Amino acid sequence: MKISRRQMLILLPAAAVAWESVMAGTPEDAPNYKMTDHWWGMLIDIPKCIGCGNCVRACQTENDVPDGFFRTWVERYHVSDEDMTRPEVISPDGGKEGFPVAEEDGRKYFFVPKLCNHCADSPCTQVCPVGATFISPDGVVLVDQKYCLGCAYCVQACPYGCRYIHPEKKVADKCTLCKHRLVKGFTTACCEVCPTGARQLADLKNPNDPIHAFLKTHSVQVLKPQMATGAKVFYNELDGSVR
Amino acid sequence: MSVFKDAGHLFRFAGLFVLAFLVFLGLRHYVVPKSFGQYGHYRGDAISEIAARPVKFAGHETCEMCHSDVADKKKAGKHAHVNCEACHGALASHADDPSIKPVLPDTVVLCARCHTASAAKPKGFPQVVPAEHSQGLECKTCHNPHSPAMDAGGAK
Repeated sequence: MKISRRQMLILLPAAAVAWESVMAGTPEDAPNYKMTDHWWGMLIDIPKCIGCGNCVRACQTENDVPDGFFRTWVERYHVSDEDMTRPEVISPDGGKEGFPVAEEDGRKYFFVPKLCNHCADSPCTQVCPVGATFISPDGVVLVDQKYCLGCAYCVQACPYGCRYIHPEKKVADKCTLCKHRLVKGFTTACCEVCPTGARQLADLKNPNDPIHAFLKTHSVQVLKPQMATGAKVFYNELDGSVR
Repeated sequence: MSVFKDAGHLFRFAGLFVLAFLVFLGLRHYVVPKSFGQYGHYRGDAISEIAARPVKFAGHETCEMCHSDVADKKKAGKHAHVNCEACHGALASHADDPSIKPVLPDTVVLCARCHTASAAKPKGFPQVVPAEHSQGLECKTCHNPHSPAMDAGGAK
């Protein structure tokens, strides 16, 4: 086979590009998991939450979350009929050991589990000066802890207070939506242990996920919709007093 | 050539510029991680590093592979949708190595976490005041935690 000079000039850069793409992709640990096939979120069914704190404890165990810091936590709202804009909110130790017994006083009570909303237009990833936090192709907001400087811009930028600086590693830390479990086909630790099904992992790209039917037939809201963060944690029957 | 006659200093300056640019490119090649920009403005390898962490909760499907008898009992009762590790805790270590025996949860603490009566809990959720309900007896004296209705029998 004879290759002319012109053909050579075309072939060489093409081969270089091909070689580049061969070398660029590092094989993922989960060969059956394709990131672009998923777009993860979560459904929180507020009327089902009993405030047991199972999710908070499980998250701490699964992800080695240091004491006093939370990737997920539960708040208890106590709202009066007269002034719903000033609810009484408690979350003792993030609700990890449950809540004190509440006495009936005619006012409204409910629990609100909170976690990273894995926003599609997340303010936290936009402020990172070094590209250490990002939205992965499957819709999970992650922190590259080897790259993070610990400047805490993202901690300030998150409107939901879902990030913290890890007290030992001195870098930003947050909910990973148990990414290491998702790639192996498991649900998140918090969803696994929720006894009432108040938390349900949702794959918005999977047409067979029950989330689609649920969203169509229920009154569902995200937190702080006015901030247009594209939050993907959906709350069923969210009360207007929740901030 | 007359145009370039006195332009030597310009060429030297331009040469310096090119050299500085090459040094910059060289440094950049070593400083920027290989996978930076693979998916976006971040280190692509960070995703697989995070995904490679070991799991601690084995998941109820894993439990049911060996404990199908308990799974069947549970499916017939009120706790059908309560996963194993909701009460028994993270047991991936036990799933990997069954010789690691998990500690049996204390039903007095365990059951009370969910079932202690509180005005804050949803009205339809079964709740009791433990002191009045059992007078200090362990829950499992009367209820089987895997299928807690009274007619389902006490502890196995």
